[in-house]
Amino acid sequence: MATWQRALIVGGSSGMGEEIARELARRNCKVALVSWCKEELMAVADSLNAVTPGIAFPYVHDVRSFECAPSLFQQITHDLGGLDVVFYMAGVMPRLQPDEYDFDQDKKTIEVNTLGAIAWLNEAAQRFQRAREGTIVGISSVAGDRGRRGMPAYAASKAALTCYLEALRNRLSQHGVSVVTIKPGPVDTPLTRGSKQPLIIPASKAATLILKAARRRGKTVYVPGIWRYIMFIVRNIPSAIFTRMKF
Amino acid sequence: MSPDDLSKIEINSGANAPETVPEAVSAIGSRPAVALPWDHLERTEGFGMTQSGLSFVYRPSTVEGIREVFELARRTGRFVALRGGGRSYGDAAVAGENICLDLTRMNRILEWDPVRGIAMVEPGVTIGQLWQYTIGDGWWPPVVTGTMFITIGGGAGMNVHGKNNFAVGPIGDHILNFDLLLPNGEIRHCSRVENSDLFFAAIGGFGMLGCFVRITLQMKRIYSGMVAVEGYPARNMAELIEQFERQYPTADYLVAWIDCFARGKSLGRALVHEAHYLHAGDDPNTAQTLRVEYQTLPDTMMGVIPKSIMWMFMLPFACPLGMRLTNWAKFHLSARLEPGKIHRQSHGAFNFLLDYVPNWKLAYKYAPKLKLMREPGGFIQYQSFIPAATACECLEAEIRLCQQRGLVPWLAVFKRHRKDAFLMTHAVDGYSMALDFPVSARNRKRLWELAAELNRIVLEAGGRFYFAKDSTLEPESAETYLGAETLDKFFALKRECDPESLLQTDLANRIFGDRLRDERPAAQQ
Repeated sequence: MATWQRALIVGGSSGMGEEIARELARRNCKVALVSWCKEELMAVADSLNAVTPGIAFPYVHDVRSFECAPSLFQQITHDLGGLDVVFYMAGVMPRLQPDEYDFDQDKKTIEVNTLGAIAWLNEAAQRFQRAREGTIVGISSVAGDRGRRGMPAYAASKAALTCYLEALRNRLSQHGVSVVTIKPGPVDTPLTRGSKQPLIIPASKAATLILKAARRRGKTVYVPGIWRYIMFIVRNIPSAIFTRMKF
Repeated sequence: MSPDDLSKIEINSGANAPETVPEAVSAIGSRPAVALPWDHLERTEGFGMTQSGLSFVYRPSTVEGIREVFELARRTGRFVALRGGGRSYGDAAVAGENICLDLTRMNRILEWDPVRGIAMVEPGVTIGQLWQYTIGDGWWPPVVTGTMFITIGGGAGMNVHGKNNFAVGPIGDHILNFDLLLPNGEIRHCSRVENSDLFFAAIGGFGMLGCFVRITLQMKRIYSGMVAVEGYPARNMAELIEQFERQYPTADYLVAWIDCFARGKSLGRALVHEAHYLHAGDDPNTAQTLRVEYQTLPDTMMGVIPKSIMWMFMLPFACPLGMRLTNWAKFHLSARLEPGKIHRQSHGAFNFLLDYVPNWKLAYKYAPKLKLMREPGGFIQYQSFIPAATACECLEAEIRLCQQRGLVPWLAVFKRHRKDAFLMTHAVDGYSMALDFPVSARNRKRLWELAAELNRIVLEAGGRFYFAKDSTLEPESAETYLGAETLDKFFALKRECDPESLLQTDLANRIFGDRLRDERPAAQQ
């Protein structure tokens, strides 16, 4: 079992990212938290540092400022004194009416969920490849497995992320780096609040499962595991039938 | 850096205004705001393979290139660690997440005077490169280490010694002058008369004051490519020290290997090797033995086994039982066969024992893997320098403590030393014992605890330590043996030569972190 000492969590001020940060800090792993929301970020960092001084390093950053990622990434590794694992948790999921099209929202979705991930994980990939060790964890979604009616851009952003992570895994496995694609079902986080979701699990439970999967150096992991079977069925529904389905 | 400081840093807090980014980045100030290219990122590790870090490695080949690296470090808020051959055992040339200035391409021999035996070299010239250049003229480096792959610059920075330390002192005693490049780009010429305080501090100053760019060295006249070697056993520590005290006034080289597995009356039993230079006329074949080919170590063992794979044959013995057996067999065989026979050996074969089996350290690395442990292993060397008066008692106590803790060193080397005039010197008028311990994920914690216990024994006996070998020293122990006065003086020079504290290493931060941090604010005021 890998003992991580330094972790970077992009999107670490709420939801699953926050829970992962708490879990890692409990195990004495230094965590760098990146978030655009300063208030939330400082609250989480302060509460972690109150328990173990100097364990959390907060950085205010919007993942859509892609040009900043390389320098901020190197600054973080410098501050942490190294890096063992990266979690890309940042994600948005704008609500859309069934017949609503909103390009601004779609653009933001792709930028946060996909382009931000690529900007940050490209850096992590280059570093880990040279270190010949490291773990990259990307949070995709079951929503990326099929293009449903509800949120076209969100599904597309997660599908693209899934594919990007797979390619990264194929590039990096020969260098001893593991890339883990997490596909959570509905999790009770700020992202899903206000909408009705089936089989919803608390964020802390999801965080535990994600950490377990990352430690095991899994490849594609559904959280919780039941979604592997559900999505197997969903993926195999023929298009002719899928177009007629309402969910 | 406390997280409070970090809270003030905002890359871009406006969620809807990513356009304002570049300006916000510069707000980071002295910390790394500029990304360095990934293709410079490399893992640098100590010789013992137990301490390592990822650094941005730059290998300039000119003084101007070194200046540029300093400038780059200044611009990106990183510190610079100087690295030579990378033969320091611990973290002395490691700088995780910072810039590593590797000087191995500054490897030109600039001037050579075969009449007076004076060489002027760049810092990346290795001991091996130097003797191969000079031996044909009948000159040998006055001080050589157990491996010829160290650089002269690194050797000067650590003020290395050889098996003849008691007779000729460390390498610094043979450096006539040098040019030191300060981080601000200025070059200071230092010798015993010019900038003498810097001369005596930079030699042995573990790369904290500046970068040697030119070193002038006095070589030693030899009349043969061979030395006369004699081996004899010592049954215990008391006898070993008695023999050394008797022999060292006349010997040219003196070294002993101690079997640390032996207990009771045999505690500290050892094999001593004594060597003498040959005088003019002793060697009828001088022209032949002074050729480089004669000195070169053979590349096969017993004429058949290629040396490059020898370390694999050592793997089965790389465990406590195997090493106990090896040590036992070596002592008894040599004790029976060697005494009374003086044989001639080339300088290379006698001095460069660490190069005899290439990559032997890999046996330490892969031994834990054979036992199905995932983490590769490594080793540390714990070397302490004890004044002659307390040496016997103290060294016996050290070995006994290792045995009690169940961490017996696999190899122990014993040498005689003398005092020298360098500020941060590790030498004493007495003895040193270097203990090689295997390190694995399992024993690491216990080993560091043992080292702390050993430190107390050493400090009580008035002993000293050596940064080139060190992996475990704590700040308090360093303060104790060096003394506040010496350290104040050294760090005053550091402030003068390197006010921004641009030169740092993981070792410097581990041992002198508080003193280095004190300097940063002072520099900014």
